[in-house]
Amino acid sequence: MHELAVTQSMLNLALEYAERASAQRITRINLVVGEIAGIVDESVQFYFDFISQGTPAEGALLSFRKLPARFRCTACGQEFPLRDGDWTCPACQRLGGEVISGREFYMESIEVE
Amino acid sequence: MQEARGKTVTVIKDILGANEQIALENRGLFNEKGVFVLNVMAAPGAGKTSLIQRTIEPLRDRLRIAVIEGDVASTIDADRIAGLGIPAVQINTGGACHLDASMVRSALSGLSLEDIDLLLVENVGNLICPTGFALGEHLKVMVSSTPEGDDKPYKYPGMFSAVDVLLLNKVDLLPLLDFDMDTFRRGVEALNPNVAFFPVSCKTGEGIEAWVEWLLARRDQGFQP
Repeated sequence: MHELAVTQSMLNLALEYAERASAQRITRINLVVGEIAGIVDESVQFYFDFISQGTPAEGALLSFRKLPARFRCTACGQEFPLRDGDWTCPACQRLGGEVISGREFYMESIEVE
Repeated sequence: MQEARGKTVTVIKDILGANEQIALENRGLFNEKGVFVLNVMAAPGAGKTSLIQRTIEPLRDRLRIAVIEGDVASTIDADRIAGLGIPAVQINTGGACHLDASMVRSALSGLSLEDIDLLLVENVGNLICPTGFALGEHLKVMVSSTPEGDDKPYKYPGMFSAVDVLLLNKVDLLPLLDFDMDTFRRGVEALNPNVAFFPVSCKTGEGIEAWVEWLLARRDQGFQP
C-alpha cells in the first residue's frame, strides 16, 4: 500500500524533469534505494507499470541501485553492516546504533529521448 | 538500443522530499499558532486511542486540545474522542498504511489552530511505515503494550529507535504474562538511549500522571524537537 503513494511521487518527479528537458519519452529511471528504506522494488515496479500508462514514462525501465545499511555502535563506535536483519554490533554485541546509511530513497537520473 | 539516441538527465532528488517539505511547512504553521503536536504511533490494538483519552482527561482544563484520527477506514476513533467534547477530525487513508504530511495538512482545514494548544495525531496502526513520513510533529510518541511481547524492540528496531517517547501500556496485565521487563528495557535502551520511557495502564490510570507531567514540561521547554 505504501508503495503506491511512493511510486506516484517518483513518477511525478520523473515527469517533471522530463518536461523540463523537453523530452518526448522517458526510457529509464535510475533509483537508489537503501536496504532499510522499506521500499519493495517489485511492488514499485508493479504500481509503476499501472500508473505510468498514458504518460511519457509508460514502458520506462526502472533501475534500482541498492545501498547497504550501515550502523555506528553507540557504545563502542564500531561501524558495521546489517547482517540478515540483525542490528547487533559485532564488536561489543550491543543492539542498535546510529544509522549511517540505508534509509535513502532518491532518483539519481532519468534517461529520455 | 533506443537509449543510445537519448540523453541522461541528472535528478538527484529525494523521492519523499515532497513529504519532508510539507512536514516542514506544517511545523512552521504549528509554531506560528502555538500548537504543540504529537504523532502517536503503535501497532493496532496497543492502545493509541485509549492513551489519547487518558492524556486528555487531566489536561482538558489546562490546555485546549484537538485530535486528528488516522485510520484505514471508519470513524470509530474520532467518534470516541468527539464523545469527550474534544474537536476531532478523522482521516481515512483508504488503505494507505501511514499518515503523511499532506493528509495532515488537509485535515487542518477542519480545525481552528488559533484555538488549540495541544494537537494529538493518531497515526495508522503500524510499526514500520509511519517512521518514514514526518508530519510536522514536535514529538514522536510510541505506544507499545505488554501483550505484544518483550521482544518487540528487537523485531521493530526502526520504530523504537526513531521515537522521542515510549509508553508501555497494559502494565496491569503483567502478572498474567510472560513479559520480562528487563529484556524489553535492554532492547529499548540499546536502540534509543535517550528515549523517555513511561510504563502505564490506560485501564487503571497507573503511570498516566508521570507521562502527563513530563509532556507539560516538555511543551513548556519550547517548540523545538
